Amino acid sequence: MTALVELSGIGRRFTRKLDVAAKILNLLGGSYREQVVHAVDGVDLSISAGEVLALVGESGCGKSTLGRIVAGILPSSSGTMSFRGRDVAALAGTDRLAWVRSIQMVFQDPMTSLNPRKSVFEAISEAPVYHRIFSRAEAPAKVARLLSNVGLDPQFANRMPHELSGGQRQRVAIAQALAVKPEVLVCDEATSALDVSIQAQILNMFLELKEEFGLTYLFISHNLGAVRHVADRVVIMYLGQVVEVAPADDLFATPHHPYTRALLLEAPRLERRRRFEPIRGEIPSPLDPPSGCYFHPRCPMATDRCRTERPILRETGGDRVAACHYAEMVSPPDALAPSSEAPEPGHMKPGRAPLSAEAPRSE
Amino acid sequence: MSAQHPPSAGHTVAETAPLALEVRDLLTRFVTKRVALTAVDGISIAVRRGRIMALVGESGSGKSVTGLSIMGLIDPPGQIAGGEVRVGGQRFDVTDDRQMRRLRGNRLAMIFQDPMMTLNPVLRISRQMTEAITTHHPEVTRAEARARAHSALALVGIPSPRERLDNFPHQLSGGMRQRVAIATALLNNPEVIIADEPTTALDVTIQSQILYEVERVCETHGTAFVWITHDLSVVANLAHDVTVMYAGRIVETGPVRDVLENPLHPYTRGLIDSVPDIDIRKGKLIPIAGMTPQLADLPQGCKFAPRCPLRVPECAAEPPLVTRADGRAVRCVRPLDTEPPR
Repeated sequence: MTALVELSGIGRRFTRKLDVAAKILNLLGGSYREQVVHAVDGVDLSISAGEVLALVGESGCGKSTLGRIVAGILPSSSGTMSFRGRDVAALAGTDRLAWVRSIQMVFQDPMTSLNPRKSVFEAISEAPVYHRIFSRAEAPAKVARLLSNVGLDPQFANRMPHELSGGQRQRVAIAQALAVKPEVLVCDEATSALDVSIQAQILNMFLELKEEFGLTYLFISHNLGAVRHVADRVVIMYLGQVVEVAPADDLFATPHHPYTRALLLEAPRLERRRRFEPIRGEIPSPLDPPSGCYFHPRCPMATDRCRTERPILRETGGDRVAACHYAEMVSPPDALAPSSEAPEPGHMKPGRAPLSAEAPRSE
Repeated sequence: MSAQHPPSAGHTVAETAPLALEVRDLLTRFVTKRVALTAVDGISIAVRRGRIMALVGESGSGKSVTGLSIMGLIDPPGQIAGGEVRVGGQRFDVTDDRQMRRLRGNRLAMIFQDPMMTLNPVLRISRQMTEAITTHHPEVTRAEARARAHSALALVGIPSPRERLDNFPHQLSGGMRQRVAIATALLNNPEVIIADEPTTALDVTIQSQILYEVERVCETHGTAFVWITHDLSVVANLAHDVTVMYAGRIVETGPVRDVLENPLHPYTRGLIDSVPDIDIRKGKLIPIAGMTPQLADLPQGCKFAPRCPLRVPECAAEPPLVTRADGRAVRCVRPLDTEPPR
């Protein structure tokens, strides 16, 4: 597989400017400094054509910021990003337009990405007509086709966003993204606001669209169940840094970072009722990150070395990287009972047939 | 780190405990000049001391309105049109605001998804918490109230509670605020706490810390919880019993293991099958077809029938909620464990 998008040392700082009072106090000898947050801190990452790369982490870990940088709607403060081997900073004119068009984003709340005063037809047809993907005359037929691609009746073209349910709006937002024939979809918590039955419909649709259009996904989510369902590879972020990257099955079976392990252990599951002592503490403020390894104040394995020396992201075997001094000791055999069970083929809860026409009773 | 414990533990403790909350035939409507919508249509639930009852449903199922109705917090155009609520065996009129004021925050408390619904942004934590005590118990001195607030904060796992008492809400993280909201709800040792999606906005590591504390409080204090959520995996890990709602009605209720392992209603099973499982490799999920019906436009007969893959002609008439010999109840003409007709 070739790298479609390549990030190298990507960082993004946000600075809180001093207010007038602080500036005046500084003139009088105060020592107020601008506060700087490294929302994304030196991330190296490559997204291969045709893969579903999941970006996982808790609030404030920088996953949305990184997603926006990949989608080209937020500039990075440092590092380089290349698309199809070309540095995007050097792109201009039609090349630049082609790149912008090739990476589309789907947001958590479609109400914030759909213009409430534009009909579904206008929302979907505007960008492709601008990019000359199809003409105004062709638009009605193309929009109808796109709507059916996302499982909506073509008659929805005349509706306004407020007339749609959350799931329908998200489908429209996806049709809108697909309209410009993108290669990469960046989905930022795209199913998090949906009811579970609707979420399942949309997740299935993502996989179908991937096959149909040969899409590549950057799937940003905190929901490990959804990630497990769609991802080929998983990136775990903590406090602006990548702490682990691994193929999905390997990551879920044997995490190489204690934070990944904690996330997996604490994700509530349907099957078992467990009682455990959760990991301690909260995510530290990115304004004042801890010394050494950022995870050490919460890590059950932390040693003196972790308190002083920041671990670098290193190879831990089998296409995997992790940023932990003790990566090899995170998953001793049988450490993670839930994931060590042999997964059943297909998706089926143990001992139960799927609810379908073949189920015990039929019409 | 993770100690398994037998699924039956916790179930045995309180099976015969007295009822903390009893709701019968609750009916809540929203009436305007143009329409009258029934958001909660004849809900009955009973929760014993020290038990956690999960109220599960998707958006628009009426689960939050049920919680607010029990608290007497329905504002016009909403109205509680029928039903009765008993707390500790004593009947209360949820439409009587004076009576409910004495009850709320005292014997009956509520936790919201957004803790800032509970917390006043311009008052210190200590002021808000001591006020919650002295409002209902004027005889308690301020020092004593502060001491009780301190121990409530410690109970829900807040580090250095003494310093936290002097903080304002904005100085705390989301997880800490939610802990403060829970501690405030616990102050007067209520018999029942209604919790409306209190961990939904939190990260998993923080969620599991809070669920852990709630479970402990429930056991040590005998507090009964009604835990409103859309997240079945939280239900599986926290609740003793579960009630599944759809279109303002109960479609199924029973002990949590029974319901999740052998659901009786096709909707319950559809919900369970829709959850992407973290432990099982990907494949196609089995979603529920269609979408939740609008209250203004409910189908005739069984409300789930238009989405149900197993519907039969009898579904044209709405089935009643039938309680079975095993204590479980289901609203379906042919529950999933009945033999297929041949």
